[in-house]
Amino acid sequence: MSDVALRMEHVYKKFRKGETYNSLRDLLPALTGKMFKAQELDSRDKREFWALQDISFEVKHGEAMGIVGRNGAGKSTALKILSRIMKPTKGRMVVNGRLSALIEVTAGFHQDLTGRENIYLHGTILGMTRREIDAKLDQIIAFSGLEEFIDTPVKRYSSGMYARLGFSVAAHVDPEVLIVDEVLSVGDYVFQQRCMDRMRAIVANGTTLLFVSHNLKAVTEICPNSVLLEHGRVLAIDNTDAVVRKYLSDEDKAGETGNRPVYISSVKVRDLAGEQSTFESGETAWVDIEVMARNTTEKLAVVIWLLDHTEYEIFNTSTERLGYPAFTISPGQVYKCSFEIKINLAHGTFGLCAAVHRYDIQKTYDKKVPAVTLFIGSTMAVRGAVNCFPKIIESGLSEIRAEETARL
Amino acid sequence: MTEELLELYRYRELLMVITFRDIKVRYKQSIMGFLWAILMPILIVMSGVVIRYAYALASHVPMNTSDIASVAVKSVPYAFLVAAIRFSCFSLTANTSLVVKIYFPKEIFPMAAVLACLFDFFVAFGALIILLIFLHVGVSVYLLWVPVLLAAMVLLATGIGMIVSASSLFFRDVKYIVEVVLTFGIFFTPVFYDVRMLGDKGKWLMLNPAAPLLEGINACIVRHRAPDLFWVSYSIAFSLVAFVAGFVLFKHLEPAFAESI
Repeated sequence: MSDVALRMEHVYKKFRKGETYNSLRDLLPALTGKMFKAQELDSRDKREFWALQDISFEVKHGEAMGIVGRNGAGKSTALKILSRIMKPTKGRMVVNGRLSALIEVTAGFHQDLTGRENIYLHGTILGMTRREIDAKLDQIIAFSGLEEFIDTPVKRYSSGMYARLGFSVAAHVDPEVLIVDEVLSVGDYVFQQRCMDRMRAIVANGTTLLFVSHNLKAVTEICPNSVLLEHGRVLAIDNTDAVVRKYLSDEDKAGETGNRPVYISSVKVRDLAGEQSTFESGETAWVDIEVMARNTTEKLAVVIWLLDHTEYEIFNTSTERLGYPAFTISPGQVYKCSFEIKINLAHGTFGLCAAVHRYDIQKTYDKKVPAVTLFIGSTMAVRGAVNCFPKIIESGLSEIRAEETARL
Repeated sequence: MTEELLELYRYRELLMVITFRDIKVRYKQSIMGFLWAILMPILIVMSGVVIRYAYALASHVPMNTSDIASVAVKSVPYAFLVAAIRFSCFSLTANTSLVVKIYFPKEIFPMAAVLACLFDFFVAFGALIILLIFLHVGVSVYLLWVPVLLAAMVLLATGIGMIVSASSLFFRDVKYIVEVVLTFGIFFTPVFYDVRMLGDKGKWLMLNPAAPLLEGINACIVRHRAPDLFWVSYSIAFSLVAFVAGFVLFKHLEPAFAESI
């Protein structure tokens, strides 16, 4: 057996847009009509579009590969072709080994059956045998954390419970090749972390993984390499950091300056050595911003803020709040300001954003979200968005006095 | 085709699980529980008795218990055939999310629908046996034909089921056509009457592949004689062709399911 687990070779997929004939009542007149006038063919070609064009990539055994791209880039179509739900229009693909696809973790559930019955139903649909499910039943129930409700019909579950049960079954399939499409968006924070740990364990076990997600941090953490798709084409195949950088930098181009009266002409992040986007936790960075004007505008302030990978704002400051007076700018002038910030961030990808607006935030003239993507190097000791630079100053065991034990 | 049948065999456990799901859900939802399985046959038998009674009045031939036994013996398999085709017709469109999201041989859906109806059939058949004992219908060696005829019936239902389920996925109005055909089908199938009542013209009705099977079941159980070999072979051949044609057509259309549903 070759060392390739998954391979797509020049895969194309064509879809038809708009209404096709989906009832005999419409089809029969259309067919008889066609016998008399053989036109309409041009107009039908226009309604076709290529969801995938010339997609080629391969994943080796035991490798974890990510797929990133905007909505409509063709990610889900590619996965559906790999999992054999759809056939490619052209090209071929190879899958070596038992493949399991987690495209919709609750697809197999039936409302009227209990949680336990649904574990068997959904597990079998995902390719487990009855004996395997018997062996893993307790593990699955424990993972979902739904012990109390396992004999309740799932129609009485909340949507979070529903999704948790679905992922719990899916996470225990143990295939050789696993395809995962955006299933981490379910459940609360604790459950998401448990899912991530489980995915890491699956990869560590030697399972080949193809992971699609809009959660760039999750992709970065799990997959060393990724494919970037755009408009149905492969834009890049590289290590995930590079792919994420390319993906985010392309996003910037989407918003051009247009003809705003005041606009941000440049945002640069640097360290002592020069322009930089990768930092180690605890370093100092300088953010240089330049603002230019088409019309004279007064009472302006510059704001910068940081977003974590979930787009949550974790930091925000402005020239106004740091005690610098509002400024006025005319055409032909350039306003420069430089923020010094301390990178107290934990490992991950962060978006540095900048905006220029009236000092009382009555009006925003220009906004860059994100202006620069920051990559913070790994400090294995901490997780989360910020680095509080923890240290252990005491650690050890001691005996509890008898009267205190009694009180407890 | 052999490759596809082998794949289906590998997924046999899933077929059983989906079948049990369909059975479980049906019996959980309805308050009547197992009565559900015999409601339909009871209604058909009662209609048949009314029609037989009217026929007896018109022809001045008194109705006897074997007439009731005949109607009952033919109603139960007929009810199975109708239910199996009806449920398999909806089986793909009722499981959209599974059809679109997960790969496995999709013929499992119409097949599971047929098997779930077969379960109902056995429940009703149990009730039928009690009725037959009550009507003093004895046993004979010809009963050995019954499993063969039933197998042909299951094959026929599965073949038609695969064709109607796949086509109703592409054409939304197929289900209405199926419903109309099933409603009026009882007039073209010898359930309330026997084919020999129609004399020479009866052979035209035997072209309906269900007719020789029902007549055959009636012959072996109630009349203690062998079924008409010629027509039974015709039905078995028809059922085999329907199954193979249905399977080939289904497998041919299957790759387009996910994007057409």
